Amino acid sequence: MAIIEKMEAQLRPVETPMVNYPAKYITQVNGDKLVIHQVEREDVPHILQAVSPLMTVAKDFYDIVASRIYSELLGYYRYRVKDEYCLVGTIDGVIVGVVNGRMIDEKAGMSYHTMTLRQGLRIGAQLFAAKMEYHLDYLGQDEVWIVAESPNGFKRWMIEYELEPRLEQWHELGGVPTYVLTKALWEKHKATKCGGRRPVSEVMLATAKKMILPETYSQIPGYVRNA
Amino acid sequence: MRREVGIVGVGHPRFGKSSVSFTDMCCYAAVDALDDAGIKTGEGHGVDQLFLASMGAQMLNRQSGIASALVDTLNLRPAMAESVENGPASGASAIKLGYMAIASGMCDVVLVIGGEMMRVVSGWEGTDFVATMLHPIAEYPYGLTLPAFAGMFTRLIMEKYGVLESDLARVAVKNHENAMYNPAAHIQLVPKLEVITEDEDKDIINPYVAEPLRLYDVCPVSDGAAAIVLCAMEVADRFAKKPIRIAGIGQATDTHAVAEREVATDLLAVRLAAQQAYKMANLAPQDMDVAELHDAFQILEIVESEEVGFFPRGEGHLAVRRGETKIGGKIPINTSGGLKAKGHPLGATGVSQVIEIVLQLRGEATGRQVEGARAGLAVNFGGFGNNVVATILTKEVE
Repeated sequence: MAIIEKMEAQLRPVETPMVNYPAKYITQVNGDKLVIHQVEREDVPHILQAVSPLMTVAKDFYDIVASRIYSELLGYYRYRVKDEYCLVGTIDGVIVGVVNGRMIDEKAGMSYHTMTLRQGLRIGAQLFAAKMEYHLDYLGQDEVWIVAESPNGFKRWMIEYELEPRLEQWHELGGVPTYVLTKALWEKHKATKCGGRRPVSEVMLATAKKMILPETYSQIPGYVRNA
Repeated sequence: MRREVGIVGVGHPRFGKSSVSFTDMCCYAAVDALDDAGIKTGEGHGVDQLFLASMGAQMLNRQSGIASALVDTLNLRPAMAESVENGPASGASAIKLGYMAIASGMCDVVLVIGGEMMRVVSGWEGTDFVATMLHPIAEYPYGLTLPAFAGMFTRLIMEKYGVLESDLARVAVKNHENAMYNPAAHIQLVPKLEVITEDEDKDIINPYVAEPLRLYDVCPVSDGAAAIVLCAMEVADRFAKKPIRIAGIGQATDTHAVAEREVATDLLAVRLAAQQAYKMANLAPQDMDVAELHDAFQILEIVESEEVGFFPRGEGHLAVRRGETKIGGKIPINTSGGLKAKGHPLGATGVSQVIEIVLQLRGEATGRQVEGARAGLAVNFGGFGNNVVATILTKEVE
């Protein structure tokens, strides 16, 4: 083995086996079907193209959230983050939202980011709930560490889920205060936060896996992809 | 001798989330209204008075003396300027004051701007801000909010008249459908009735806000501004657009504390304000071709439609089921999308409602036009019904 390959092997984190998130769909108020599924590492470069246009949108902190998701997913793709995952929401195959996070250990999860690409359907809230569902119901963890970078995130997560403040506990996203969704809080709020039906039909899942890049973004007036 | 008053200019940028300052947002609406009327700002503009309607600019945006600022920014000096605060009915109140200024002979031309920038604060802070108009001893200290009142009111109406959650949803769907044709509407999305009322995930996608009211039974929080130009009918030929006449205005108040009302399910001030407006216009409910009713909560559209005389008591929801309030129905209500879908920036709402009636009477409500509309009613509702302004517009000049 060449020395560079040896070094690369040593740089890569040891991966913990993680059960996959089973895809689900949620009917939206306008009848659209939001399909949430877990993506493979090889899908990441494509998803980065969906995220990158928002890296310059300062409004509502899209710039910092998009830039951080971009780097986190790149870290996942290039084997520089341990036990990361990414869930994507699609409607009719078009990417409408992205969430990611990672396992800290078998007991605790680290929520990274939640980003809505299509506004107006509360997709972010549904994707965030799916992420919590993954950690607490499928990975079997006891708690998830969460931070917010926007007032909207604070309202949606910290207040609506009544998250437990653990300000002394540092989150990987920096020095902002850490809050925790415990299993007990999840059980309290799950019924009014986490929806969806399984299984997703093969046809619906195949469409979701097309992961078509959005042509436009309501956050970027006038933007048209490849125009 | 009271002078006749008409509307010759309207300006209504899209409601939603503003990316400009409160002052700029109001100016954009005003410039559109002045352009519509064919008024050029600067020397010889001819505007005698500006009224600015806003409920919360001082509290939410830390701005005061805004009417004076707007006159200067719009280059309308030395026009007179005042701000008007009458809760969510501020817009219609400002129009009433504009009407009075012209009818009295004091002014020939008045610019009325309504504006509110509510999304600078969180939803909770916004709800609290609106609740400051409740009774400071009997209501507010106990945590009552407008959605809470609307929830309790809805429960009473449901028990008394058999209104169902699906009736509220029907009103919402209708208004969202109408809003799809209104470029000024905040929300451009049509919910499906069966999804928001029956889907197994309805509690996730259409959660309770104040039971029995769900998310799609209440209006969104919006920024926005709207403006109109009023003039004396005798000088209307100076302007680019034919005037739409203000035929009647009525206003009525009710007890501040809702618990003190004789009948909890009545909206007495709505009834009295509408009756005054009909009397002044010498018209009746059946003469109205279109109406904008203050549907901050969907139950209000149903009950107001009864109070203004469109339907018998307790039958508003049955009319909704029969489709009588849709475009093409007996009396189309909230063709603009209403507060539900167009949005409800408090101070702007009353002005926005009147603009929709103007557009309908001009025949300019593209895609949502009520054919042959000649008279329309707008009801702007303040507090939890303790200060209501009703305005009737007609197409013809008597």
